[in-house]
Amino acid sequence: MKRKTLALLAALTMLALFPLAGATFYTELVTKVMILAIFALSLDLLVGYTGLVSFGHAAYYGIGAYVLGLMAPKYEAANLWLTLPAAIVLAGLAALAVGTLVVRVKGIYFIMVTLAFAQMFYFVFHDTKFGRGSDGISMNFKPVAAIGDFTPFDLANAAHVYYFVFAAMLAVFVFLRLLLRSAFGRALQGIRSNEQRMRSLGFPVYRYKLASFAIAGALAGLAGYLSALQFGFINPELLSWHQSGNVLLMLILGGLGSLYGAVVGAFAFVALQELFSSVTTHWQLLLGGTIILLVIFLPGGLASVMNRFERTLIGESGDE
Amino acid sequence: MDFYSFAIQLLNGVQYGLLLFLVASGLTLIFGIMGIINLAHGSFYMLGAYMAFSLSSLTGSLLIAIVLGILLSVALGVFLEWALFSHLYKRDHLEQVLLTYGLILVFEELRSLIVGNDVHGVAIPDIFNWSIPLTATLSYPVYRLFMSAVCILLAVLLYLLIARTRLGMMIRAGASNREMVQSLGLNINLVYRLVFALGVALAAFAGMLAAPVSSVYPGMGTGVLIICFVIVVIGGIGSIWGALVAALLIGLADTFGKVLLPEAAGVIVYLLMAAILLWRPEGLFRRV
Repeated sequence: MKRKTLALLAALTMLALFPLAGATFYTELVTKVMILAIFALSLDLLVGYTGLVSFGHAAYYGIGAYVLGLMAPKYEAANLWLTLPAAIVLAGLAALAVGTLVVRVKGIYFIMVTLAFAQMFYFVFHDTKFGRGSDGISMNFKPVAAIGDFTPFDLANAAHVYYFVFAAMLAVFVFLRLLLRSAFGRALQGIRSNEQRMRSLGFPVYRYKLASFAIAGALAGLAGYLSALQFGFINPELLSWHQSGNVLLMLILGGLGSLYGAVVGAFAFVALQELFSSVTTHWQLLLGGTIILLVIFLPGGLASVMNRFERTLIGESGDE
Repeated sequence: MDFYSFAIQLLNGVQYGLLLFLVASGLTLIFGIMGIINLAHGSFYMLGAYMAFSLSSLTGSLLIAIVLGILLSVALGVFLEWALFSHLYKRDHLEQVLLTYGLILVFEELRSLIVGNDVHGVAIPDIFNWSIPLTATLSYPVYRLFMSAVCILLAVLLYLLIARTRLGMMIRAGASNREMVQSLGLNINLVYRLVFALGVALAAFAGMLAAPVSSVYPGMGTGVLIICFVIVVIGGIGSIWGALVAALLIGLADTFGKVLLPEAAGVIVYLLMAAILLWRPEGLFRRV
């Protein structure tokens, strides 16, 4: 446990000091990874803790991004404190609406239905004038963080964006940790391990799952908003099912149901992506092959290897 | 909309639905019998279409291309079941999703490496390359009627296979209790392998049949896959009959949606799914 705390502190310090050392390119890359980490954290609440395997999580990520794109005025900057809460709330509401339908079904059905609804949102933005079609939206100005006349930080500055995203990631992490330690979070984990029993104990399982789905959607919306903020460009591909597949992959790489795993997985995924795309333009071939081998030979994901490694290092035995 | 345009759209809708049925029936069989969610099923459709394009330009005949394509896709199905899917029977859905997602990436990149990213057309065979005139300006292509006829024939054969043959009996038994079938001395692994190969071949065949009408393009598998998920959800997992009804429903809804409400066309089938989920979460024809 002590070792874990130390490792965590070391990682946090490194992340906190990173922009001071690195070039802008790497600052921006790590910003992107941390945004993906928020996205993966939100999915961990669903897959890792509630036992709902969603293959359509990118929908809420995309909606968060589109809220910024559609709210931003053409010739001036949008206000961060107005658009950010709007993105979180609207993504959460979209997840709530979809959730009322999809949470009723289980297993394979749930996977298919979440994917189908995500595809529906994809078409909403892809096919309508409202969503500006397949070209997407490019924003001319970064949002400003002004409160009245006071502007605490500048979102056109890469280092400031980095720290803003870093703070958001920590906030999401702490929020989820607290949520999962609360009675609500315990109930979700109870539902994951035995839904029948929770129901017979009198828990309104449907409402718990729905709440989890909506919260996960809202947090994914936050991640999507931050991604739109960083790149200033939004298109329907943000909602595509590749995005949903990739975020699931991040979770598996890092390990489900630990929160740390989501963050580690985001870093591992981007590292793999950078590595493979430096080898060939057909890097998805290598990625796909890696996934297949990973599933066949390492049922527990990368996390199981790290656990084993840690165990041999510390000399513990047995499970967990 | 006058009578003839209505009739044309009706025929198109039915034809699209029947084509989707070929893909969805394999998907629902693989779900229902093997308990596997196969995201790569759309890739088999894409593969079929590309085989129709490559093999027909090699051999000069779509018919020969289709015969070769079916043989190749059965072989591919047997190989994939042996090499990959047989590892998945006891794994959870999440791992099945991941492996088949990886498979999609591999197929898409292989397609891009071997054939490239261009859109290709496939010629309609000469005997079917004419139209039945309906009015002075409207006519209906015979190839589309031929497609519908082939799909109906396959649906009937599939029904006979499952309801009337010894293999069908083993398939049905395997769907309801795997261990029992095994302990009765039947080779369930062989049954699974055949079911999987059948599913692959049906999807690939649908792709080959559709190639002359829809042309051949990257990403064509994904669209079909997601629509087929909607069909399976509406029809009920494991139900071939449900897949047929749902496929026709979706085919008609999509076709008429595109004509009557072009802005909302992409969304209509999903709204239909939402309505059915509210009404019957387990699908129209679920047999447990």
